Amino acid sequence: MSDLKSFYEGRAADANGVTVRDAGLQGMITLRGDLANAKLKAAVKKACGQAVPAARRAVITGGRGAAWMSPDELLILVPYAEAAATAAALALALKDQHHLAVNVSDARAYITLTGAGVDEIMAKCAPVDFANFAVGEFRRTRIGQVAAAFWKDEAGAFHIVAFRSLGDYVFDLLATSAKAGLVNL
Amino acid sequence: MLTLTCPYCGVAAEETELTAGGEAHLKRFGPGSSDDDLETYLFLRENPKGVHFERWRHSFGCGKWFLAARDTNTLEVFGTYPAQSKAPPKPIKDAITAKRPGWSWREFK
Repeated sequence: MSDLKSFYEGRAADANGVTVRDAGLQGMITLRGDLANAKLKAAVKKACGQAVPAARRAVITGGRGAAWMSPDELLILVPYAEAAATAAALALALKDQHHLAVNVSDARAYITLTGAGVDEIMAKCAPVDFANFAVGEFRRTRIGQVAAAFWKDEAGAFHIVAFRSLGDYVFDLLATSAKAGLVNL
Repeated sequence: MLTLTCPYCGVAAEETELTAGGEAHLKRFGPGSSDDDLETYLFLRENPKGVHFERWRHSFGCGKWFLAARDTNTLEVFGTYPAQSKAPPKPIKDAITAKRPGWSWREFK
């Protein structure tokens, strides 16, 4: 097998107590279908150990969980090595109904933003009201000029998912935004 | 700056997160229709100063198309509703009537 590397090979950038980090390889599966369907709910629970999240929410612990992408789409997170098998298991469980389960792990960049004042840095890059952005909330929007999705964990850190080909742009944008100084702190 | 609430995911999305899709509630005239109908469908659009209905796509968000009723003059938004609607739903019409009594747009009023 080829030598697998994440988009920035685990690079990290520190500025003003904030760390932007390429969080490495993360298994991600795009699952589309009827989210109210009982069979799909059971399959999701089996795949990642979490129930189907409510609209605009993510339930993710330790790199494993599910996030609400749109009324008919979920992002399933599992460890990288399990992604292909999990996608196959989801497809098998839902084979008699309209669905799509694809392993997109290698199409994604996964970035974490940790430290004090990360809300301010995100607010420089995305058109979202971060003062009212709750823990566990999941948002698809743009970061700078490119599409991205992110959620906030219990520690207040942001986890950002973007297209792998745009990972360096998102990483550099966040690192630069952190460098320019914190706002209102 | 225009802020529209996506009826599918409930996000109050700002203009840069959305893609404009032109006029709403167009009736398609395809092969076999009269030249006049085809011309109307292809080229003739409303250009009102006031109440207007438009298609928008939450392109950086959930990716769904939806329809919006707004005022082109004041940028006031009366409401948004799913793209599967063949006509503006009653709450939207009532909201417009409350602010712009006697409004009309194509066959709707």
